[in-house]
Amino acid sequence: MLRLALLRFASAVPTLLLLLVLAFFMMRAAPGGPFDTERSLPPEILAKLEQAYHLDEPLWKQFARYIGGAVQGDLGPSFQYSDFTVNQLILQGLPVSLRVGLGAMVLALFVGCAAGIVAALRHNRFSDYAVMTLAMTGMSIPVFVIAPLLILLFAVTLGWLPAGGWQDGGLRDMALPVVALALPQIAILARLMRGSMIEVLNSNYIRTARAKGLATRTVILRHALRPALMPVLSYLGPASAGIITGSVVIEQIFGIPGIGRYFVQAALNRDYTLVMGVVVFYGTLIILFNFLVDMLYGVLDPRVRAE
Amino acid sequence: MNKVETALAVAAAAPVGRSLWADARRRLFANRAALLSIVVLVLMVLLIVLGPMFSPWTYDYIDFDGIWRAPPQTEGMHFFGTDQLGRDLFVRTLVGGRISLMVGIVATLVSLLIGVAYGATAGYFGGRIDGLMMRGVDILYALPFMFLVILLMVVFGRHLVLIFVAIGAINWLDMARIVRGQTLALKNREFVMAARASGVSNGRIIRRHIIPNLLGVVMVYVTLTIPQVILVESFLSFLGLGVQEPATSWGALVNEGARDMDAAPWALIFPATFLAVTLFCFNFIGDGLRDALDPKDR
Repeated sequence: MLRLALLRFASAVPTLLLLLVLAFFMMRAAPGGPFDTERSLPPEILAKLEQAYHLDEPLWKQFARYIGGAVQGDLGPSFQYSDFTVNQLILQGLPVSLRVGLGAMVLALFVGCAAGIVAALRHNRFSDYAVMTLAMTGMSIPVFVIAPLLILLFAVTLGWLPAGGWQDGGLRDMALPVVALALPQIAILARLMRGSMIEVLNSNYIRTARAKGLATRTVILRHALRPALMPVLSYLGPASAGIITGSVVIEQIFGIPGIGRYFVQAALNRDYTLVMGVVVFYGTLIILFNFLVDMLYGVLDPRVRAE
Repeated sequence: MNKVETALAVAAAAPVGRSLWADARRRLFANRAALLSIVVLVLMVLLIVLGPMFSPWTYDYIDFDGIWRAPPQTEGMHFFGTDQLGRDLFVRTLVGGRISLMVGIVATLVSLLIGVAYGATAGYFGGRIDGLMMRGVDILYALPFMFLVILLMVVFGRHLVLIFVAIGAINWLDMARIVRGQTLALKNREFVMAARASGVSNGRIIRRHIIPNLLGVVMVYVTLTIPQVILVESFLSFLGLGVQEPATSWGALVNEGARDMDAAPWALIFPATFLAVTLFCFNFIGDGLRDALDPKDR
């Protein structure tokens, strides 16, 4: 177990480092800089600015400086929002992004698994086809199409929910973004859950449990559910990555003051540190999540544990 | 009469052995959802390729006197209405579809080439080479690629070729894993051993004996990758990082349509429907192919 943890950890570190290197040098290879304005600044002011932000140093030195700071948890000052550090901006957006992201994750897990189980139990019957068709629809309609359609229906036409914005962060603000973010994941989870449940239900030990005369309820909840959940568990890593990526778009569409909305804007404005900050933060989160899921998998699956 | 004829036809056909592919085709065509998807997709491609010829408009003709025309608009021949610059949305939706489909297919081919070469090599040689190559894939796999792709587009501008390469570069990882697994299973089979015994070189074994036997799995995966790639391209275009105006793609059109959807819902609904229907078809065909080629069900 410890060996497995060390092994996984050993591959997580180079991943993160590679991500940092790629993001850093790609950003710096971009033409233009953070101080490009409509009127170009006088050269001496520009030089002073670049000196203040260490942009006049050779690139490798800047990278070393950045890594040094990042390791200590300091992501540097933002260029675009000059009164804020990147840490402040991320901490400001974090509670909001976390609420929406976790909400979507929880919703996707419950609805996706429930739909998948129903479809598996009604294999090749009407509810199975209905769930699978819906799931296929959910997979085929991108987040950024679902979101405007939801707004069109629930905000513009019916007027039940706000079209965007973030008043108090209550359920009314959260409903549409969370649903939009969760739908594609619900679809994928439902298909996964159905597939693994059907396989488990066909296995010998389930037949034994049924033959013993156990109630269907007990067979499913006590015997079938746990092994059937394993593939779902291993999908949690990619699912979290999908939700985080999706939040970049969702936060933009709904005008949610989270972390994701900074990313594209910052990249376009060459706000080097803010871009790096978002990449570092979300990258670490995704890699950490994958690591935890791997570990959990090892704890829950006796076959992996034995290796 | 008819029944007898069918029975005779079946009896005549029965003794003929079916190849793997004929069998798979028969089972694919028996799957109504997949069959319908194939028909719809073929119609979609025909419409995208030929449709613009039947409209008097071009995709980039700007007409400030005819902005936001609502469909159905028969006299102006704007079948899907016009956008905020008076451009014809019927032609724009179809021309955007060309870009979306092209990106989907080309980028998938890129990932196919890299993935099959990499996976087959790793699987065939096995041992330390395999371990090393797959550890590399593991490391790349954990990267949040969307962020890097977005950066790439910001850095190097919105170049179509770049979109192919960027998206292809993400998707080959899955392909490599699948191909490697299959190759590991294949390489100890008798025909590979026979080839090796008769002195065929490694490269030639991989090309002539391993890769053709991977085709089934690869085909399923390709069908499922194309919609993913179209999705990624439209995601980029939606963020304003994809194809450049006045050229367009479904993602870009959805982005424009979503901005003014309360005033002109048609500008969102038509491209969104085309995009969703296409993805839907590819997904169904992929699922159908997987079932058709699955030896467990035969």
